[in-house]
Amino acid sequence: MLELQSYQTILLEGAWLTVQVALLSLLLAIFLGLLGALAKLSHSTILKGIATLYTTAIRGIPDLILMLLIFFGGQMLVNDLSYRLNGWLNEVAMHFIPTHQWSAFLPDYIDISPYFAGIITIGFIFGAYMAETFRGAIMSVEKGQLEAATAYGMNRYKIFTRVMFPQMMRHALPGIGNNWLVLLKTTALVSIIGLQDMVKIAGDAAGSTQKPFTFYLAVAFIYLFFTSVSTTFLKWAERKYTIRTR
Amino acid sequence: MNLAIITNEYPLYLEGLWTTIYLVSFSLLLGLFIAIPAGILQSSENRAIRGAIWIYMYFFRGTPLLIQLFIIYYGSAQFDFLRESWLWDYFQDAWFCALLALTLNTGAYTAEIVRGVIGTVPQGELEAAKAYGMSRWKMLHRIILPNSLRRALPAYSNEVIFMIHGSAIAGIVTIVDITGAARVVNARYYAPFEAYLAAALLYMCLTFSVIFIFRQWEKRYLQH
Repeated sequence: MLELQSYQTILLEGAWLTVQVALLSLLLAIFLGLLGALAKLSHSTILKGIATLYTTAIRGIPDLILMLLIFFGGQMLVNDLSYRLNGWLNEVAMHFIPTHQWSAFLPDYIDISPYFAGIITIGFIFGAYMAETFRGAIMSVEKGQLEAATAYGMNRYKIFTRVMFPQMMRHALPGIGNNWLVLLKTTALVSIIGLQDMVKIAGDAAGSTQKPFTFYLAVAFIYLFFTSVSTTFLKWAERKYTIRTR
Repeated sequence: MNLAIITNEYPLYLEGLWTTIYLVSFSLLLGLFIAIPAGILQSSENRAIRGAIWIYMYFFRGTPLLIQLFIIYYGSAQFDFLRESWLWDYFQDAWFCALLALTLNTGAYTAEIVRGVIGTVPQGELEAAKAYGMSRWKMLHRIILPNSLRRALPAYSNEVIFMIHGSAIAGIVTIVDITGAARVVNARYYAPFEAYLAAALLYMCLTFSVIFIFRQWEKRYLQH
């Protein structure tokens, strides 16, 4: 227990980082989910195809593999692209100015931070699940409501923000809640790409104190606390919505 | 993109695929042995049993699988009595720890599915069974279980897919499953894109095969 106390501050800092990653990726997931749902319900075959490919691919690939792919593979891809673009820019420059000396127009090495890679990956994964949730929610909004809005002369943007969005969110809330609970637990994986979240800190602390059980159990309890707070809040939110609507 | 890496290393990937399939199916099977009793006993009249099951499900459903694996695999080394006993042969083995973590995890999630379907068996069927003079045990294994298993199938197929995805963390504790194979290939060639893309494709094939099989089952069982 003494070891735990001396690592308390740094462990709590890691917990705060976990919360940040979770909330920011939730934001991204909701945004991507809305786009995905609208694309799936649109009349354009291309948009529908892209959205279907997105949600299908995500459901087939484990989150860990996607994270490693985006973090390590994405890193290489970005640097490769930057290298090639540099070469091309230099060639163009040489073509116009014969005395041009080779120079780096773009940085030689772009470092993707595990913080952003983690948020982008988790947001990207849960965007696909959110898209399914939102698609169901959008379809459950009465057609008559939309027709009435159109009859009032609202434009498409206004119909979405004033009529569609407030009503669909009511149906989407339980689904968003479930996705959030899964997302929260997925954040543990960012430790594998090197982010100093609470899992990584617990691992380091376990290594230097020889008390791995104590530290990982502490992290488990922090996660339990997060999920318990979330479920309590979600229950409250759902109850509030039902009272309002009836 | 260097496809030669993947074609050169395909035996390793196949080994990984086999390990993933084996690990997931074995833990799913063992998980059922926990889930079915736990799901049924959740409505037991004994408060101690109910409490114990509640704590088990609450812990394993509320924490990340990765942490559960780390507690079992790394955490077990903290206890001297464990290190000195015969159990240590098992706990120092990554394979055993991954199997244990996956089994306990799927057991908790599946118990929730079991609890959900058992509570909603149509009352008429139970009354008919009672009228036939069936005992409680007979009702359980002739009416409640077959009926529930049929209705649990869609939720269970989701659980199987989550397990396939979740098993990827076994690759972190030295096991050469699909993820482990990709990590080895990446370390050998420093080609993360190719290495992980091949793994992603393998997982996708596996997931969609499982979805296909479950669809066939659902078609057959939900006919009646």
